Amino acid sequence: MSVDKDTVRRIAKLARLAMPETRLEPMAAELNGIFQWVEMLGEVNVEGVPAMTSVVAQKLRRREDTVTDGGQADALMRNAPDGQDHFFVVPKVVE
Amino acid sequence: MSEPVNMTLAQARDAIRTKTISSRELTGAFVSAIEAARPLNAFITEAGEKALAMADASDARIAKGEMGALEGLPLAIKDLFCTKDVRTTAASRILGNFVPPYESTVTQNLWDAGAVMLGKTNLDEFAMGSSNETSHFGPVFNPWRAANSNANLVPGGSSGGSAAAVAADLCLAATGTDTGGSIRQPAAVTGRVGLKPTYGRCSRFGIVAFASSLDQAGPMTKTVKDAAIMLKAMASVDPRDSTSVDLPVPDYEKLMEGGVKGLRVGIPREYRIDGMPTEIDALWSKGADWLKAQGAEIVEVSLPHTKYALPTYYIVAPAEASSNLARYDGVRFGYRADGARDIVELYEKSRGEGFGAEVQRRILIGTYVLSAGYYDAYYARAQKLRTLIKRDFDRAFEACDVLLTPATPGPAFAVGEKTSDPVSMYLNDVFTVTVNLAGLPGISVPAGLTANGLPLGLQLIGQAFDEGTLLRAAQAVETAADFRARPAPWWRTA
Repeated sequence: MSVDKDTVRRIAKLARLAMPETRLEPMAAELNGIFQWVEMLGEVNVEGVPAMTSVVAQKLRRREDTVTDGGQADALMRNAPDGQDHFFVVPKVVE
Repeated sequence: MSEPVNMTLAQARDAIRTKTISSRELTGAFVSAIEAARPLNAFITEAGEKALAMADASDARIAKGEMGALEGLPLAIKDLFCTKDVRTTAASRILGNFVPPYESTVTQNLWDAGAVMLGKTNLDEFAMGSSNETSHFGPVFNPWRAANSNANLVPGGSSGGSAAAVAADLCLAATGTDTGGSIRQPAAVTGRVGLKPTYGRCSRFGIVAFASSLDQAGPMTKTVKDAAIMLKAMASVDPRDSTSVDLPVPDYEKLMEGGVKGLRVGIPREYRIDGMPTEIDALWSKGADWLKAQGAEIVEVSLPHTKYALPTYYIVAPAEASSNLARYDGVRFGYRADGARDIVELYEKSRGEGFGAEVQRRILIGTYVLSAGYYDAYYARAQKLRTLIKRDFDRAFEACDVLLTPATPGPAFAVGEKTSDPVSMYLNDVFTVTVNLAGLPGISVPAGLTANGLPLGLQLIGQAFDEGTLLRAAQAVETAADFRARPAPWWRTA
């Protein structure tokens, strides 16, 4: 299977990555190089093999469903590129 | 003890305990060494002032007779660990000005043990790379150069800054993270020790995520004993990381005693790859001989799916990365592009300008293999391959206690040599990546020099949560190799 320029444009859109038109073709070539190499996985018979879900056998630990943290709005806003009071400011979303 | 900076972590610990040196003196020596080593570009953020303040606080504790396990000992921290109020960049433009309001669990454990932070070390952007060349803050240079050459070599990656800092005596030890070899490979090509613990041994809380099912923090040190000391302090059971495993942290220094008599050491035949340099092959055989001479039993084992590990990794890791890196959107923290007219353009431009080429490539691979119509062919298949790779190890460990392999397919290479071909770069991790896929602990130990004077390492692989046996075997290799070569300090500016 081969990745073309339009596919790169489509997945870049899905990934929310602005990609200049001039990068699409070279990126397609790079991805094809990688996917061709990955193709070798196709030769393995994986019939009946379960997909790995956890590499270490353990049960997910649970805790009481209680609030353990909070009141950190000031600290959280300190890294905001743009903010007012405790709100993040972004370009207009709804006309 | 010639110079304080040349001490091992264990030696410095003794010197502090016997009050032969104060933390202030020790830390001051490293702060000067770091300032004089800027040509290496090992640090993204130097924290000299903070280090001296931490050292003074440590000396005050020592005066009161309070002594933590790492009391007063200066360390370097990979810039992937969030450090409260100290910039944490992941070597990316997108986090270039990020100052975490919290501390990672691993670093908190180190400070709780009394350690001192010297600064944040350079790395491949988001830990994606094997040469430290994808950093937004520029490449790190390996302290080692080939005989009769002034060419700059890479320090490996992604923990290249930590590796260079330990190799150039800019810290007593450093933290690294290892997703496909990012601790062991740079340690090997800089002549130092690098330990990736079992998945779940060290908390991932506060470590900038790359591929969550593979990422694991570990120490990069001058000796195997130092790695044991560091691991004890770094590891913990952490309620803030649901994959942190609920097992007590043992005393690794004690567990590594006792030698390798009767230990069964497996040699996986599939690791003898096509085109392997004879120097690597010879070193590997030598390693087996060293262990045998100390009473270990050498057994040949088979890991049949070895050759599928790297391609499996290059589906699983980018898939997880594309998901983890979705959080960088220019809204709540990190880089925001100028001039976006709407919210989607804000995301796209911020991410397009904020991520470097390799990170973008991996986000696209991940998005593609998770997208409708390709998920089963790629991602689901890779997760099944991962099960097969893990089963290979389970079977091999029925016949042996640890595995011995080369650490890397070659020594450090030149800056720029492999940047144009992603796949050739990825192949640097051919011997290390299987360990991450199977969640096992692995360690690389400096074992010899190439004909032109560059360090090579051997890797040992252990069973899950059996770091004790792993360290025991590693120390046997270390003792026999007696690796004492040091790089000439060409980088020193003052």
